[in-house]
Amino acid sequence: MEHYNMNLNLKVWRQKNSNTKGEFKMYRVENISSEMSFLEMFDVLNEKLIADGEEPIAFDHDCREGICGACSMYIDGKPHGPWHANTTCQLHMRAFKDGDTVVVEPWRANTFPVIKDLVVDRTAFDRIIQAGGYISVNTGNAVDGNALPINKDKADASFAAAMCIGCGACVAACKNSSAMLFLSAKVSHLALLPQGEPERHSRVLNMIDQMDKEGFGSCTNTGACEATCPKEISISNIAKLNQEYLCASLTSEK
Amino acid sequence: MLNSKIPAGKLEEKWIDYKGHCKLVNPANKRKLEVIVIGTGLAGASAAATLGELGYKVKAFCFQDSPRRAHSIAAQGGINAAKNYQNDGDSTFRLFYDTVKGGDYRSREANVHRLAEVSANIIDQCVAQGVPFAREYGGLLSNRSFGGVQVQRTFYAAGQTGQQLLIGAYQALERQVALGNVKMYSRHEMLDVVIVDDKARGIIARDLITGKLERHFGHAVLLCSGGYGNVFYLSTNAMGSNVTAAWKAHKKGAFFGNPCFTQIHPTCIPVSGDHQSKLTLMSESLRNDGRIWVPKKQNDNRKPNEISAEERDYYLERRYPAFGNLVPRDVASRAAKERCDAGYGVGTSKQAVYLDFASAIERYGRIEANKEGKEDASIEQIITWGKEVVKEKYGNLFDMYEKITGENPYETPMRIYPAVHYTMGGLWVDYELMTTVKGMYALGEANFSDHGANRLGASALMQGLADGYFVIPYTIGNYLADEIYNKPISTEHEAFAEAEKNVRERIEKLMNIKGKTSVESFHKKLGKIMWDKCGMARNEQGLKEAIVEIQQLKKEFWNDVRVPGEINEFNPELDKAGRVADFIELGELMCKDALNRSESCGGHFREESQTAEGEAMRNDDLFMHVSAWEYKGESNWDMHKENLEYEVIKPTQRNYK
Repeated sequence: MEHYNMNLNLKVWRQKNSNTKGEFKMYRVENISSEMSFLEMFDVLNEKLIADGEEPIAFDHDCREGICGACSMYIDGKPHGPWHANTTCQLHMRAFKDGDTVVVEPWRANTFPVIKDLVVDRTAFDRIIQAGGYISVNTGNAVDGNALPINKDKADASFAAAMCIGCGACVAACKNSSAMLFLSAKVSHLALLPQGEPERHSRVLNMIDQMDKEGFGSCTNTGACEATCPKEISISNIAKLNQEYLCASLTSEK
Repeated sequence: MLNSKIPAGKLEEKWIDYKGHCKLVNPANKRKLEVIVIGTGLAGASAAATLGELGYKVKAFCFQDSPRRAHSIAAQGGINAAKNYQNDGDSTFRLFYDTVKGGDYRSREANVHRLAEVSANIIDQCVAQGVPFAREYGGLLSNRSFGGVQVQRTFYAAGQTGQQLLIGAYQALERQVALGNVKMYSRHEMLDVVIVDDKARGIIARDLITGKLERHFGHAVLLCSGGYGNVFYLSTNAMGSNVTAAWKAHKKGAFFGNPCFTQIHPTCIPVSGDHQSKLTLMSESLRNDGRIWVPKKQNDNRKPNEISAEERDYYLERRYPAFGNLVPRDVASRAAKERCDAGYGVGTSKQAVYLDFASAIERYGRIEANKEGKEDASIEQIITWGKEVVKEKYGNLFDMYEKITGENPYETPMRIYPAVHYTMGGLWVDYELMTTVKGMYALGEANFSDHGANRLGASALMQGLADGYFVIPYTIGNYLADEIYNKPISTEHEAFAEAEKNVRERIEKLMNIKGKTSVESFHKKLGKIMWDKCGMARNEQGLKEAIVEIQQLKKEFWNDVRVPGEINEFNPELDKAGRVADFIELGELMCKDALNRSESCGGHFREESQTAEGEAMRNDDLFMHVSAWEYKGESNWDMHKENLEYEVIKPTQRNYK
């Protein structure tokens, strides 16, 4: 791979805390290697800001290998930036060229309020899981792992849904700020497995109820969530969710 | 002085006996007992969930925005369990034996045997939770091999096993949060332990959003805060992984066990430049199918595909024919370093070796051709089929490699080099996982216990979940049963006030230095000292120099660090400053421990102690012990020995040839 260096203009959202109004600020970074990750470019910028006596830009990040789901930058109008099926931390600077201006914002959604700069509060996702995103089995109750064979295709489909990293890009990409892709991934993951069967109906009803309480929008089948998802969670999970919800509603005694 | 509290009796009966005789707490009393859990990785989340299920009042803390983001999530390859589903001769004893041997005979027999015993329960528990492990067409669980063993006992979910296991534990934890049994404090960092009457009675935590300090009481404190690989700056750990919780506990009386035992993982993406902020692991599972090689000629600058098979040195297969590419991590790492140091390295930096999938792709392709009954398929068609099989097994790893390097590993071999990955050392704990401070426990990577001087692949997930799901629920009862007589201590108690005052003063001190150098610069400098002098190879002179350099660095840090922003706001630089200050102190202790242990064992390689073939040479007469360090004030420690007694296994020179 050929390496090159570049100079960039960055237009970054700055906001002191959730109570103050934010604004865009312009920054320039120089001699950025095409081999750097996007967050390493931010490290360079922050080191420069600290040296200049300014406050560095706050952003969420942790594993930097695309699996923890912490990083959450809205880059040039797309959650996680221009690459397909990718997280911000795995975006590398060879996606950009010398002289580019790059716009960086936090996730856009009322349900994800800004904490500072590019850091948002995604605890609504944890509360949706609390509403039913689990199988109620206490430690020590389990039978032998091979006592219950599971069809490989079903297990694979369940795993494909379970790959969700809970980053919230689907919500940020959606014009309605809907959390349906996130929620459907969890419902599919558990509904496709026999272990998830006993709570299948209560789970979907309770999770949807919590999603509505949090104020996430409705799904209008635009598909921006699927197009943005770093783990390529399929929108067919939303169809599965709707099916599960319908069945549960019809049979619910509540 | 150190009492490991290993139960008497035969090895395979110790844990059963212990469980049959340990004290119990009745359900009504459990509701009155409060337990603090620091960290929500596999150990912390599983412990918090299970203790919540049992009825204890649990408070769980993590510095991330959600417990689901703890770094266990990044574990790739798999989790071991002695299920013997493959009928290939596996057993509890084999897993126990492999782990003790893999650890180069520096772990406790009783702990490791218990780990092997509960390993099978972990798989059952995770399946019941809905963890989507890989399966065969018959619907049963699939297994693969990992380094240092000759059976297939590793369960996995593609290259995302840690993620799936953590999500399972996280969901169990969130269920307990919903039930009100666990109260979750995310974006909180523990900054001190509060000790009253020689017992851990609570913590001081900082709310990372508001910067406010909080006091929390607990009848017991569980440290599940992970390892300290980030002392090297560059490692496969997450950016936020830190030693702070364990270090605060250490300074309050918990001994630190074998701090110099560090695991350098052989297969990571090499450093590409000074900007590098972290290193990325390529799972050990890749060594099932990848062949490691370097050119036979020094400084060979040809492209890998231009180098013929005869001109390649498959050095692991050459040196270790019995285990080949699947030798344990410490052995594979040193062998890669040896080849690169000798001038056979590849890539621009020459600090890399090839991990090549070409023959696996062809082999799998031929199997597919046979399945389809197409023996006359062209080689191109076979390779296409083979790539599909490899994609199913390792697709996410190959994608990750391509995103980082811009190279396609289906077409050209991966370049890899060893990197810091895991720390076997940690807080010293007894059989019950209690540290030398009563009521304070350490679980998972945060303790020193089960992996000796080198951890085998797919054993970290096993240990984290064993500690959290199946060990602590029993052992904590044995302590808390006597605590029902003690009323909760008010957080107005002077010990809480004193601890909070100390934490506050340290934060203010950091903010008021107003120097010129960023926290990051200090961290990089520390990392360089540690990697150069306390890394893959260590010697007396280098370690002595490192101690002096670290002490100097500490002075500079406390005179010249620049922490921007304010105390009472969201301030990641301030969080990082506190962590790096602790890493500097830890670095000194690691070098001191490495200097003291003049033998080589496992991942700890002292150049002065090697065989004629360059293998690690132990000195069992002098070092068959755990070094447990007691903090005695700045740059001052006392060393206590816990002698390791092998009743069942006879330690020998490890041989993977």
